[in-house]
Amino acid sequence: MATVQPHRVRPGRGIELGLLALALAIGIAAYALVGIGVTGEVPADVVGYGVGMTVLGLGLHAVLRWRAPYADPVIMPAVVALNGIGLAMIYRLDLAEDASFATRQLGWTAVSVVLAGAVIVLLRDHRTLRRYTYTAMIAGLVLVVLPLVPGLGAQINGANIWIRLGPFSLQPAELGKIALAVFFAGYLVTNRDTLALAGPKVLGLQLPRIRDLGPIIIAWAASLAVLVSERDLGTSLLFFGLFVAMLYVATERLSWVLIGLSMFVVGAGVAASAFPHVGARFDVWLHALDHDIFNRSPGGSGQLVRGLFGLASGGLFGTGWGAGRPDLVPYAESDFIFASLGEELGLTGVLAILLVYLVLAERGMRTAIGVRDGFGKLLAGGLAFVVAFQCFVVVGGITRIIPLTGLTTPFLAYGGSSLLANWIIVALLLRISDDARRPPGVVQGHVAATPPHGSPAPVQIVGSAGGPARPSRSAREAEAPQASDTRPTERIDEMRGDDA
Amino acid sequence: MNTPLRRLSLVVVTMFLVLMVGTSWVQFVQADSLNNDSRNVRTLYREFGNPRGPIIVAGTPIAWSEPVDDAFGYQRIYAPGALYSSVTGFYSIVNGRTGIESAENDVLTGSSDSLFLSRVQDLITGKQPQGSSVELTLNPAAQQAAWDALGDQVGAVVALDPSTGAVLALVSTPGFDPNSLATHDIAAARTAYSDLNAAPNDPLVDKALKGKTYPPGSTFKLVTAAAALESGQYSADSLIDAPDELALPQTSATLRNYGGASCGSGGQTTLSDAIRVSCNTAFGKLGMDVGADAIRDQAKKFGFDESLSIPMSVTKSYFPPNEDLDPAKLAKSAIGQQDVRVTPMQMAMISAGIANGGEVMTPYTVATVRTADLDVISQTKPSVFRRAISAQTASALTDMMVSVVDSGTGTSAKIPGVRVAGKTGTAETTSDQSPHAWFTGFAPADDPKVAVAVIVEHGGSTGNEATGGKVAAPIAKAVMQAVLGS
Repeated sequence: MATVQPHRVRPGRGIELGLLALALAIGIAAYALVGIGVTGEVPADVVGYGVGMTVLGLGLHAVLRWRAPYADPVIMPAVVALNGIGLAMIYRLDLAEDASFATRQLGWTAVSVVLAGAVIVLLRDHRTLRRYTYTAMIAGLVLVVLPLVPGLGAQINGANIWIRLGPFSLQPAELGKIALAVFFAGYLVTNRDTLALAGPKVLGLQLPRIRDLGPIIIAWAASLAVLVSERDLGTSLLFFGLFVAMLYVATERLSWVLIGLSMFVVGAGVAASAFPHVGARFDVWLHALDHDIFNRSPGGSGQLVRGLFGLASGGLFGTGWGAGRPDLVPYAESDFIFASLGEELGLTGVLAILLVYLVLAERGMRTAIGVRDGFGKLLAGGLAFVVAFQCFVVVGGITRIIPLTGLTTPFLAYGGSSLLANWIIVALLLRISDDARRPPGVVQGHVAATPPHGSPAPVQIVGSAGGPARPSRSAREAEAPQASDTRPTERIDEMRGDDA
Repeated sequence: MNTPLRRLSLVVVTMFLVLMVGTSWVQFVQADSLNNDSRNVRTLYREFGNPRGPIIVAGTPIAWSEPVDDAFGYQRIYAPGALYSSVTGFYSIVNGRTGIESAENDVLTGSSDSLFLSRVQDLITGKQPQGSSVELTLNPAAQQAAWDALGDQVGAVVALDPSTGAVLALVSTPGFDPNSLATHDIAAARTAYSDLNAAPNDPLVDKALKGKTYPPGSTFKLVTAAAALESGQYSADSLIDAPDELALPQTSATLRNYGGASCGSGGQTTLSDAIRVSCNTAFGKLGMDVGADAIRDQAKKFGFDESLSIPMSVTKSYFPPNEDLDPAKLAKSAIGQQDVRVTPMQMAMISAGIANGGEVMTPYTVATVRTADLDVISQTKPSVFRRAISAQTASALTDMMVSVVDSGTGTSAKIPGVRVAGKTGTAETTSDQSPHAWFTGFAPADDPKVAVAVIVEHGGSTGNEATGGKVAAPIAKAVMQAVLGS
């Protein structure tokens, strides 16, 4: 254990303000350049747009100063930059296609930022969420199956992942992933020892007991059910990836990951051979440029290949805002916005965007490592991973690294549910990062007055932890900051292995 | 849980590295092949998105790009419709491009290397790059005259300026309307193309330059006569055998004159008269006497067996090799039958060479290329293609050709007040089809301004009764008159 060095922790709000100014400048300049590139003049509403985005950004910044002064200063500006670049590209495609997606996306951005602020204000301590572990499970499952409810679900572009409420179409699975992350975090922090320590060891791999496989089998089955019934390879991959990642973080058992991956591969393989629409995706992936597959309808590779053409024409430096033809790619503003950006900003532009995502995800991971309670670690780690993984699945699909699925690029792509859900994820990460970065002794408002004992006491579960204690574990856990005197619950959480 | 979180962070970094490599792979490594994929419409859109330069004849654009409000930005328009179709070709989204549109694509789009400096200027000044204009050598009156004179008949006309090689008229009938192929209505463009492709008499084939080549018939006698004169053993007044029937060695067949007529008296005639009345038996015999090598060499000097680009490519004309020529076949080849094949352009070059004192000039259709600012980028300088015959031979042949028009087979090419030189041809094809009617010549004979070649496939409207003199000579006359009148 390292000696705790007393040093002044900088809340980072000043840094955040500077980065926010940069992020806003990028977004607003992009918006103005789109107008210049397409019509030859600065768009008339750039001032209104700029003021709107600035008010939203500064508003959230103020909320952070007020309620989460130690929150990570990089996360929010990174997201504002991505959101702004996405808006500029959606506006650019509006000009090309005579559509009005940008206005709606701007509306959704406002709603999302306000909601994110509300989450930060209302959720004083992320551990409160642990109380709702099973509520979250039910909410998550309901959200996932909602599109299957007759009369509510709507099939759009061949996937049953939408519900229609009056004029709005929502993808409930986007919100479902947050609920499931909360459930996984709560469930796993309670049951991690059982999953980690029980079971035979074969070839150096600690295998789980059959009965402990229950939850992973349920998650696997649920993912496949989503895949088959809602024709949504992306969401099922996302949920399953989230679950496996969190399971690994909770148990440190590589065997879980291997079992999980092999189950998914087998399941997907069976699904590919049993269901034509899944099989078609594999054909498209492997033989995208074949003439027959390019022209096949439905289920041809036309969209994918047109996206590749767009990326290729962008080359290293891109055509510049408004100077390419991203509108030649179907769904250029949603599923394929990455290809649109690749065409106009070039390889350099999209590498910069990917780096912003990477910074965002790593800041989330850093938050998970820094926070002192197991639930927070799992939740932050899971949420950060899910954002990164979603990027990987979408961009990997567009660049033909993996089969194409129907997910949206977080913050960039057009889509209200996606924007809303991802901004809530950001709010949760900010909330947890405030906890992670707050120096010991600094107590925030009511949190100290309401000790987290109110949550379902993990202490009761301690007894159920089976298996032998492994001395190495305490050494490893000792890496976690131990300055948690004010947090008895978490202390027990972390020390459980030793207690058993 | 920090150890697995750190490892998970590494997994996240790895995922993004994979994405970065994958994106670089597409945008850098694969970019070229994707950009050149025939299904990638972006290249075409980029071309269409810039104003393409006009094609200009005598100061008037005959093809230009007009801004339109659709995905492509500019619509190519061909003003006189089909009249210039054999020269301009077409420029289409779905059907590609042909003719000048294809051959001069680089300068029309402005992407030619010769435009590098002006592109750099555009880049610095922020001006939208524009294609250059291509000015053709065509004479609108001659083009119109050729088009009108051919009318509904299937055939081709080529007119050259003998002293420079500039193409004055280039017509192939039936023509086609390039506008129907250049339309941005993709379905309509496709239909138009497949209709034209399936239409009788191949409107999409430029009969003046390529596609099929034709037996030249008696017009080839100019080459045989040139070979004889160049050999030094013959002059215009040399007496040569001209039997009513020429027995072809090693066969039971005989060669006869058109309509079974006899030429000359006593079975002999002068070379000059043999040309004037287009005596088959005399030239059959002369061919065998002069020999295959001499005729082939002479043909090559006029341009046979050589591909040209003017800048559209011209199919090679053909004279058979020795191993395919027994004496009988040689006799038939010497009168332009058997396997001899020519393009109308080649025939025009022969007349132009004779008109130009024996020197064949390289034919060309592009006079000047100018930037959008009218700066001249390139101007075609006339160049000598080859000296085909001596000036003496040229002069002798000219006199013979004048007699063809004055009092021989080509009298219908006579132009009042102008000495016209010419040679007719009636080329037998298959036994069940009428012969092709040919005429080639130039005018005025003493100071040639225009050389012309005309073919009317299968006798045109005259059918079986057709001869070069009846069908093709009037067309040549119209074209020559148009040039001389302007």
